[in-house]
Amino acid sequence: MNSQDFEFVAQLLRKRAGIVLTGDKMYLLESRLAPLARKEGLPSIDDLIHVVRSRREERLIAQVVDVMTTNETYFFRDKTPFLNLREAIFPQLAQARRGSRIRIWCAACSTGQEAYSIAMMLDQDTSLTGGVPVEIVGTDISDRCLERARQGLFTQFEVQRGLPIQMLMHYFTQQDDHWRISERMRQMVTFKKQNLIDAQYGLGQFDIVFCRNVLTYFDGPTKGDVLGRIAGTMNSGGFLILGATETTSGISQAFEPAQDRRGLYKLAERSVQAA
Amino acid sequence: MKRCLIVDDSRVVRKVARRIVEDLRFDADEAADGQQALDSCRRGMPDAVLLDWNMPVMNGIDFLRALRREPGGDRPVVVFCTTENDMSHIAEAMRSGANEYIMKPFDSEIIESKFSEVGLV
Repeated sequence: MNSQDFEFVAQLLRKRAGIVLTGDKMYLLESRLAPLARKEGLPSIDDLIHVVRSRREERLIAQVVDVMTTNETYFFRDKTPFLNLREAIFPQLAQARRGSRIRIWCAACSTGQEAYSIAMMLDQDTSLTGGVPVEIVGTDISDRCLERARQGLFTQFEVQRGLPIQMLMHYFTQQDDHWRISERMRQMVTFKKQNLIDAQYGLGQFDIVFCRNVLTYFDGPTKGDVLGRIAGTMNSGGFLILGATETTSGISQAFEPAQDRRGLYKLAERSVQAA
Repeated sequence: MKRCLIVDDSRVVRKVARRIVEDLRFDADEAADGQQALDSCRRGMPDAVLLDWNMPVMNGIDFLRALRREPGGDRPVVVFCTTENDMSHIAEAMRSGANEYIMKPFDSEIIESKFSEVGLV
């Protein structure tokens, strides 16, 4: 792949998904575009990029962006966020949202494991929210991921990462060589398409936002914009959960870290007033 | 250091599993069938058992039931690791005293994830 082609794909990704692709990611580009080129019946990555550049076909552009987004996820990933939900977030919101409902947003939910982990956790212990109903919304930029998330169909490999066997037995049924999460869990989660770099999110207001290991792909200004828009979707007293290595500090004034809780942030009150 | 007994009639599987559990800082012992595993447990109970199902002489489920009847046999954490991947086998294993269940093929991530579920790592 020549540097012009690399620059073309890098710009495409930045414009469409906010993803920053630096020169050292050439290997990543090649390893992910090669299967797409094969699928399209093209002899090489160079041919694939040539076709994208010359025809500007929306379907193919969307697929290039799709394969270049990272979809790594697993059930109950990192444990800490779920502990924070149980110990800090739900007890507070069960009080604050009494008589109303709690809305949870899994931003960049990939194939749905995070959203379904929350659904199973709530189902296992209905006292967590003190009877306050919960609505879970998962969004992603990738149609392919959203389709899999909606089906709730996982490979044998996926159901063995982070998921205790008792939960597999309780919530899944075997379908050929895949495992499908129960209809009841699927009904607890709604999946919608949302590109986080879009200027507006038509998703309503949330009390809890999971946005883990996503900001890391964006450049500085984009991180700030996305966090600002997320803050705009949040109710007063809302919580933001970031990935283990991520922070809002130095990027956005809209959030402040929760004390002694790694990866957990509270919507700053001045941010609510400003909104 | 914690000790993990790897029970599988395939030498290759035992070798792969040994490397993974040693990376998780376990001392590894090996047994090629349920009877050898039971003999090993009678000499000294391990902290963990990674257990195949189908083996000659004594299979995994018979070993597990025998182990749980031994003095101190309730202590080892038993993680099945087998090609039997249907719900009835999983349910039978759990009823018989298994703590976790791995469906082959496995890799280091799955073993680490399952060992962490049962508090071994």
